Amino acid sequence: MSFIEINNVCKHYDKTVVLERVNAKVEHGEFITLVGASGCGKTTFLKMLLGTEVPSRGSITLHNRPIAQEPGPDRGIVFQRYSVFPHLTALQNLILAHEFKHARLIGKLFGQKRNEAIAQAYTMLTSVGLEHADDRYPHQLSGGMQQRLAIAQAFMQQPEVLLLDEPFGALDPGIRGDMHQLVLDIWGKTAINIFMITHDLKEGFYLGTRLWVFDKIRHDPQAPHAYGATITYDIPLGHTDRSTYKTIHRALQRNKPVATRNSQ
Amino acid sequence: MQHRWTMKRLINIQPSPLARIILAALPFIITLLLYLWISDMRLSSNPNDKLMPAFSSFATAISELAFTPSKRTGEYLFWIDTVSSLQRLLLGVSISALIGLIVGLLNGAIPLLRANLSPYITVLSLIPPMAILPILFIIFGLEELSKVILIVIGITPFIIRDLQGKTLELPSEQLIKAQTLGASTWQILLRVILPQMVPRLIEAIRLSLGPAWLFLISAEAIAAQSGLGYRIFLVRRYLSMDVILPYVVWITLLAFILDWLLRKLSQRVFPWFHDPR
Repeated sequence: MSFIEINNVCKHYDKTVVLERVNAKVEHGEFITLVGASGCGKTTFLKMLLGTEVPSRGSITLHNRPIAQEPGPDRGIVFQRYSVFPHLTALQNLILAHEFKHARLIGKLFGQKRNEAIAQAYTMLTSVGLEHADDRYPHQLSGGMQQRLAIAQAFMQQPEVLLLDEPFGALDPGIRGDMHQLVLDIWGKTAINIFMITHDLKEGFYLGTRLWVFDKIRHDPQAPHAYGATITYDIPLGHTDRSTYKTIHRALQRNKPVATRNSQ
Repeated sequence: MQHRWTMKRLINIQPSPLARIILAALPFIITLLLYLWISDMRLSSNPNDKLMPAFSSFATAISELAFTPSKRTGEYLFWIDTVSSLQRLLLGVSISALIGLIVGLLNGAIPLLRANLSPYITVLSLIPPMAILPILFIIFGLEELSKVILIVIGITPFIIRDLQGKTLELPSEQLIKAQTLGASTWQILLRVILPQMVPRLIEAIRLSLGPAWLFLISAEAIAAQSGLGYRIFLVRRYLSMDVILPYVVWITLLAFILDWLLRKLSQRVFPWFHDPR
């Protein structure tokens, strides 16, 4: 069995079908980027992995067990915004996961245990280049710094799966490059599974080991919500030819369905 | 067409720091001068006029109450009144804040509890507190307790509903993130929601102080042996504006100081809440 198996997953709200017949197998350590037009269901898919949405039909298994229907420490998340806690300094944000784990009752560590957590947090702060901002509150950090902190915070917990919901969508293009390097570095060191939604197809091609395109195969002009999206392209990255990129790019631009093709 | 000189729009004109102070002081000064002028007119035509006493009468009346022991009891009535009123007010507001924080936070954070309690609290908050004051007097007597409870009944529903709303306004991303960091419901309440609700509680208290004073003065007016509201309603029988007006100013000043202290406290302790984001 694969690490994550997605079997015939379908999601609809009343009569609006968002996703239909999504099937995929994911192995340990894969870095999957998810692209697709707005409203194509890629965020809904990520939420089902996160546990805040439940498939209407089908199943998602992690380690052969159905994925928990609420968020948990095995799946980390970085959102586009609001990912760090505004009332805690950068350092406090990072040691929070340890405090949740080791102080079940009061959620706060003291003395030796706190010092150990702080030592680990500094290592992580240094690896994301925030060691000098340890005592600053999130509102005192730039958007890029906040996202670096959010990524560091998610990694402190050592999740098995990391979900990134357009984490760099609000950042300047110049900062994005640094962020890509940061994510690749940490991913290389920990070899966890990453699912990352992006609007930027280039980013999708550049990062990751595998690209999923979400799109609708079937269209009914009389009932636009009758059919949902599915994974139309599932491409291993690193040896992709230029024409594939152009085909997908055109498809996303026109927001028209592209034929299903599984190149694996 | 290019104008050589154009006046900025009114909404874009900012007062300088000095102008700001002068503009702020102006209404106060005008009120004061207006009072002095009319009072002087009235007193010159009728030296026994009691409605708008001269400032010297205020000084005499207050020095008698504040710095001379009462002939009957030997107490300094002004300070006795102030302490009684502040005690009742602070006790009532503290109890309300504590209940409001706990119930509001739990209501906002836990859907099961919200479904259970929120409609009930909404209905309770619609009961006019003054209408049940007689019930409070019957149950809790005419002593301190019924006055404190009137304040509690008067402002707690507002604080609960305010904090429930503020808890619900927290971005769901934060609660999800906390769960992915392994937090239990209890830990989320304690480390994520509670610390972010305390500055919002202070805001709610500041907004409740006005109603709290209203309920306090009303309760004191009806039944009390001391208190700022009690004194005002007592001397009303003698048309003693020389006592009433300074008492009103004093109450206003106390209310202002309490509000200012809470604001400063919040700014000092919760910089992340007040700094521009």
